Amino acid sequence: MHTVATLSHHPAALIRVNHLGVQYREVNALEDVTVTIQPGRLTGLIGPNGAGKSTLVKAMLGMAPVVQGMVLYGDRPLAEQRHRVAYVPQRTQVDWTYPATVWDVVMMGRVRPTGWFQPFSVTSRQLAAAALERVGMMTYRDRPIGQLSGGQQQRVFLARSLAQAAEIFCFDEPFVGVDQKTEAVLFEVFQELAAAGKTVLVVNHDLGESITHFDDLILLNRTLVASGPRQQVLNAMNLERAYGGQVQFFAAEAA
Amino acid sequence: MLALPLAGLFTPLLEPLQYGFMQRSLIIAVLVGLVCSLVGCYLMVRRLALLGDAISHSVLPGLAIAFWLGGNIFVGAFIAGIISTLLIAWIQVRSPIKEDAAMGIVFSAFFAFGITLITVIQKHNKIDLNHFLFGNILGVTIADVRDTAIIAAIVVGVIFLIYKELLFFTFDPLGAEAAGLPVHLLNFGLMALIALTVVASLKAVGVVLVLALLITPGATAYLLVTRLHQMMALGAGFGIAASVSGMYLSYWFNVPSGPAIVLVAFTGFMLAILFSPRYGVLTQPRSRSPISPIWQELKNLLPF
Repeated sequence: MHTVATLSHHPAALIRVNHLGVQYREVNALEDVTVTIQPGRLTGLIGPNGAGKSTLVKAMLGMAPVVQGMVLYGDRPLAEQRHRVAYVPQRTQVDWTYPATVWDVVMMGRVRPTGWFQPFSVTSRQLAAAALERVGMMTYRDRPIGQLSGGQQQRVFLARSLAQAAEIFCFDEPFVGVDQKTEAVLFEVFQELAAAGKTVLVVNHDLGESITHFDDLILLNRTLVASGPRQQVLNAMNLERAYGGQVQFFAAEAA
Repeated sequence: MLALPLAGLFTPLLEPLQYGFMQRSLIIAVLVGLVCSLVGCYLMVRRLALLGDAISHSVLPGLAIAFWLGGNIFVGAFIAGIISTLLIAWIQVRSPIKEDAAMGIVFSAFFAFGITLITVIQKHNKIDLNHFLFGNILGVTIADVRDTAIIAAIVVGVIFLIYKELLFFTFDPLGAEAAGLPVHLLNFGLMALIALTVVASLKAVGVVLVLALLITPGATAYLLVTRLHQMMALGAGFGIAASVSGMYLSYWFNVPSGPAIVLVAFTGFMLAILFSPRYGVLTQPRSRSPISPIWQELKNLLPF
């Protein structure tokens, strides 16, 4: 099994979110969030609906109206280093009837590294092909994206992020509406990326058994409720504070 | 012996070409058919078909003012088109009004202002409002041909140069922004291309009908192919075919060129929707019912 994420040689740095506040018109979407995200670990971002999970990811990348605080990667704002980031939006955010094939979408991951006015290089094609191979979608290379199932669409998005050869990977709700096989591939790849020293941040709302795949958790509800190693974050008190009541969560190996 | 009947066959096609105005209008028809289809593909995949309509109606006051001041009407029209897209974007950002409503408000106001201006100007000058509304391709000058060719070169050149960035941006604006592409610049560039294209098409089809030439060829191609560049290439073919054959129909039957072009494009679209291998109503494999597929479609349309 070959991994795809091996291009960069920068010493991995922390992402530091400092007193981050986000405001949409009159609505406070996030208030005073301070948290660090470690490279080499698989970090889950959890919380109830409307907790601002997607907003936090967007704000980290400078794509939401930040009214206070900052997000640093190394010693510079993360928003100024987007070329180091592979971001996968929620699958429903894009129009899957768009006239493109699987290959077209994966190659989009190479647009920024390729640069303006340049054609795609052989290296880019190799990276894209390896990424497609890794997620088990090589045979669908020339398939129009409109003909894919939800899980296949998500794997194509995963392949696109791998092809970017980034240092930081952000996935927004990748497990929504996908099949078992895709879920397994997603977690395998996330763990491979973490093992390769990448920063992997995954927005997730499912507190079921799959939560045990994460090393660290960030529990959010408009503001930070808890963060750190999964076993510390995942307890009844924290979850009650975040969700405002009793919630079922998977605690089989809580220790 | 063979040459004579063949020549006879081509006479209706060749005869118009002896006139200078017809040569000029055919060149414009080809250029406009090409750029409209290319730019229209982006409008369609971004679900902004209405924006094409909005910009085309909004160019009218710029056109009138430029005419009044004796400037280049293409430049005036382009500036008005850009101002209208900025105004639409501003309303969207500054208020809870959605994009479609903002477009409706802005383009009808610009259009009304344009009509008012032209009516006032008409009292002192001999210009015909109808020419702006529906096109007057038979009245194109050499300068018009030159301006249209320049615009077409710019549009085709820009699309060729930033094709991969535009593909990423139009498919997944969030992903493109997160990857560090200047999405606001790309979006503005796309709007500018649309405004340029509309301006170039004024003489051929006029502001009211240019939307058809923007959307219909691309939509026809979308029913037949699966990738954006294929859609653009095929759409351009359809667009050119529609505008050239519309021109000939206009010449032979003495009908306005704009409507003729649009009706040809629409005919092509209907053929595609009926016979497309993947989506075609009449080519779809269906249950062996004795009812004809056309009757079936009609029945599905009825509300009871």
